[in-house]
Amino acid sequence: MADHWNSGPRDERGYRDDAGNEITTSIQDIDGRTTAEALTEQVELGHEETGTARKPLGLWRDTWRRLKRNRLALVGLVIITVFIIVGAIEVVAWVTPKGYLAPYPPNEVNYALSPEGRGSPPTWSHPFGTDYLGRDILSRTLVATRISLLVGVIAVAIALIIGLILGPISGYYGGWVDSVIMRLADIFFAFPYILFVLLIMVVLGPGFQNVFIAIGILGWATYARLNRGSVLSVKSMEYVEAARAQGASDLRVIFRHVLPNTMAPVYVAIAMGVGGAIVTEAALSYLGIGIQPPNASWGKMIADYLSYFWAGSWWMLTFPSIFLVVTVFGFISFGNGLRDATDPKLKE
Amino acid sequence: MGERLLTVEDLSTHFFTYAGVVKAVNGVSFTLDRKETLGIVGESGSGKTVAALSIMRLIPDPPGKIVGGRIDLGGRDLRTISDDEIRQVRGNDIAMIFQDPMTSLNPVVKIGSQIAEAIILHQGKTKGEAWQMAAQLLDRVGIPDAAKRVNQYPFEFSGGMRQRAMIAMAISCNPDILIADEPTTALDVTIQAQIIDVIREMQERYESGVIAITHDLGVVAEIADKVMVMYGGRTVEYGPVDEIYYNPHHPYTWGLLGSLPRLDVAEKARLTPIKGQPPDLIALPAGCPFSGRCPYERKECRGEWPALEIVGPDHGVSCWIPVDERHAIREKLPHFEKEAAS
Repeated sequence: MADHWNSGPRDERGYRDDAGNEITTSIQDIDGRTTAEALTEQVELGHEETGTARKPLGLWRDTWRRLKRNRLALVGLVIITVFIIVGAIEVVAWVTPKGYLAPYPPNEVNYALSPEGRGSPPTWSHPFGTDYLGRDILSRTLVATRISLLVGVIAVAIALIIGLILGPISGYYGGWVDSVIMRLADIFFAFPYILFVLLIMVVLGPGFQNVFIAIGILGWATYARLNRGSVLSVKSMEYVEAARAQGASDLRVIFRHVLPNTMAPVYVAIAMGVGGAIVTEAALSYLGIGIQPPNASWGKMIADYLSYFWAGSWWMLTFPSIFLVVTVFGFISFGNGLRDATDPKLKE
Repeated sequence: MGERLLTVEDLSTHFFTYAGVVKAVNGVSFTLDRKETLGIVGESGSGKTVAALSIMRLIPDPPGKIVGGRIDLGGRDLRTISDDEIRQVRGNDIAMIFQDPMTSLNPVVKIGSQIAEAIILHQGKTKGEAWQMAAQLLDRVGIPDAAKRVNQYPFEFSGGMRQRAMIAMAISCNPDILIADEPTTALDVTIQAQIIDVIREMQERYESGVIAITHDLGVVAEIADKVMVMYGGRTVEYGPVDEIYYNPHHPYTWGLLGSLPRLDVAEKARLTPIKGQPPDLIALPAGCPFSGRCPYERKECRGEWPALEIVGPDHGVSCWIPVDERHAIREKLPHFEKEAAS
């Protein structure tokens, strides 16, 4: 069967295996549906078209339809959802008197444990084990999720606000305004990223608010440049001229008529950007200028537990690392899927 | 006709590009009265649209610039007033209907919101009032179920309905002047007639002056009171619509009319195209812009631009051929044969 393309007899209706039985041609199309499924879908669509409430597919419905067929992107979406739920719970728990929602206090040294109990490998009561001070690794990992979520949301939000103000203005006005803003973006791109963040962190001083600010300030150039490109193509559309003919001011034209039509690539960049911000925070904390002890962050935990890993205590390092890798993988694969789903060149 | 709304004198708009100065409009003058419709006709690249956009100062600057002339609207020169003032004029005193309804509505903004925009900007109405007015306007331009339709997006509208929505947008602030830039070019023939009817109806209701830009002489014959024929950024002939159709004086106007199919002309008569290409607006010929394409060209045509010559009531033409000779040439043209006989 494997080489029936070459050896097997074939006729117009299909293929036959060695025994001469006709093989049902179960051709799968690119997204893994069988022909039958695709046909059913067409029939359903056809039915929908006869209905009175038929609407052409909007951008989001169309994107979702194609995203659904991309398994990796769906896996990413599930990971992101779980991450956001866990992170949001921890963020909310932060303001409660207890300050966390995990089986054990994440930052308290547990002297109740015997010296042997400190740094114990995974057990039933401590599924991820404990560290050298007897702190529960699971609790610390879970609580650290909130730092990653916050850095993802706040840093990207800061970058977006700056980028989506400067980018459209740059693209819409052109000329010297464009030159100034884009050269500024070039400067931000020219510096090695981590080095630049380090520099800003040194200026601002350690502390987690400053991590958000530093990463946010540095991220704007990506969004500004990306958006400027879209604005250049949208600003020559007739509806922009029509808006001006209605008497709308420049700012109104830019932010009401141009910007909303340039957002699709930005959404993809956001998904990627959140992953990037999480990694940057981990790197900063790893280098010791991000989240300060005793607070837990994935990068900080990786840094703290690295030497124990080489000494044989693998669990301390492994679990936060897995969380970090899986979360970032989730954002990047979802971002990739979103990009493919919104790419008109890949439309079937 | 009614009161004078707009006086344009000697308007010139040039584009300063790397390739050179594109002289899109060169000294065009016209007037528009209340309830009057001016048709501006000409080929692509003859400067019709640039002239109209110049009135509203919508020429992208850079590279475009209005280099000369006066645009008088109620005593104000639109060329020199501030940016804030011109924004108040746009959409409020002068509104525009664009050519392609498929691309001139913002795809991500609801129809109602797009119509309400000018009302909120210019009349200080609240959002709720403006939306109500938007629904009324949609109803007025003949869109059924308007109350529901205001909440829809442009992709849910057909081409003809979008053009109706564009008209609703344009008339939302009851403008004195309505500029329609090829309002029917992108539409089916059956829809064209409907849209023309809507524009006329709105003109009557709001007593506006209309400037209709088109290359479709059929549309002009139907809606215009007077016609301005543009070529190479200049006015080659203007006059009342009947004069232009039945007593045209410029060879270019003959060419335009001769290339139109007609039912009432002898069967043998063939359509006569205008040979050649429109002139390069960067390197315009020194004299008449039509020289080089004009079959009746003579020595003077290459020398100087012929001044406008009055040949009838409110009818002007700029051509070097003497009037008698023009009549003689015209009578021999296949397009005008039958009329000459009758």
